[in-house]
Amino acid sequence: MQAKVNLKLVDEVIKSWGADPAFLIPMMQDIQAQYNYLPRPALNRLQEKLNIPLTRVSEVATFYKTFSLKPKGKYIIQVCTGTACHLRGAPRIADSFMRELGIEVNGTTKNGLFTLSTVNCLGACALAPVVKVNEDVHGQVSSDKVKKIIEAYAARKK
Amino acid sequence: MGKIKLKIDGREFSAEKDEYVLDIAKREGFEIPTYCHNDQVSREARCRLCVVEARWQEGGHSRIVTSCLYPADEGLMVETNSEQVRLVRRVVLELLLARTPEAKGLAELAAEYGVGKNRFGADTDFGKCILCGLCVRTCREVVGVEALGFRMRGVLKQVGPAFAEPSSVCIGCGACYFVCPTGHIIMTEKGDERKIWGRTFKMEKCSKCGRYFAPKYQLEWINSQTGVAMDRLSLCQDCK
Repeated sequence: MQAKVNLKLVDEVIKSWGADPAFLIPMMQDIQAQYNYLPRPALNRLQEKLNIPLTRVSEVATFYKTFSLKPKGKYIIQVCTGTACHLRGAPRIADSFMRELGIEVNGTTKNGLFTLSTVNCLGACALAPVVKVNEDVHGQVSSDKVKKIIEAYAARKK
Repeated sequence: MGKIKLKIDGREFSAEKDEYVLDIAKREGFEIPTYCHNDQVSREARCRLCVVEARWQEGGHSRIVTSCLYPADEGLMVETNSEQVRLVRRVVLELLLARTPEAKGLAELAAEYGVGKNRFGADTDFGKCILCGLCVRTCREVVGVEALGFRMRGVLKQVGPAFAEPSSVCIGCGACYFVCPTGHIIMTEKGDERKIWGRTFKMEKCSKCGRYFAPKYQLEWINSQTGVAMDRLSLCQDCK
């Protein structure tokens, strides 16, 4: 789902960083915090207001893995596949999420609620296998817990 | 700044301090192969063909460095064609050949370095581009448009207009096409149309001889940058 972009909000972000092209990355981070991805109209606005070539925006936006040009779900599920989590069954956890949500890794559900991704290490190996949903950390996840996690977030109010 | 002395292949030369080794070597007649080097644009040491062996102490350790960006200083000793240098160049050539076997002069150079059957096999995922960045730097520094840039990183890195869409700032000058060492960039001309990077440009006719010679946007760009009147720009190079 493409987000409707409020250019006023983008302008505010630009203003808060003093419209300095050196702060392109934090500006993009602020925009992504708002929309969960980088909508093209917002990027075009950055290019215009900062007076930099569009290729510069494209280079930065595609270089960093944190930035997404595709719309992401409301809840971003990060399944840790670091060494400790891998040994404690992370691949199976990822499979469970894929099966339950009916999407591949890096896919987004049709209702726009969940995006599934795998990450290399969340640095919480004692809790392996770890799953992070937005800012919540779920430790010692098992396949039957996967369903509960999904249901808990799906039941949340907007 | 100031004069310094350095040795290239055992012979002593004088040069400016911090002058790049490639420039000194070329001036003194040494042959160092390059693929991403052009005097008109800045250097990024991407093709890795210009490697030489640099040593600061007689009999000391040596380093393989890219001569195009290696500043000279007093007492530097450079080998431009040692066993080690040839070995590194040979591997670079093998990799380049895997990506772009048809590139101008590459096969001859490879033969010279004894590259036979290529162990890497043909690599065709992103065309013939070797990511030398000459087109990007030309567009930025010579043309002044910045329609081209890199996208992604690592093995997915590609060159092209922003977001891989036809660029709105491209003037269709074709400088990237002419400067590309491998023929990765494709430009076609048919009648009054020129196609490049997925965009079609209308060509202008020379007001004297009537042949199509340049895209309208390019003439307008030159006009806006230099102030040369449009009616003077509407003459092709031959009729000027």
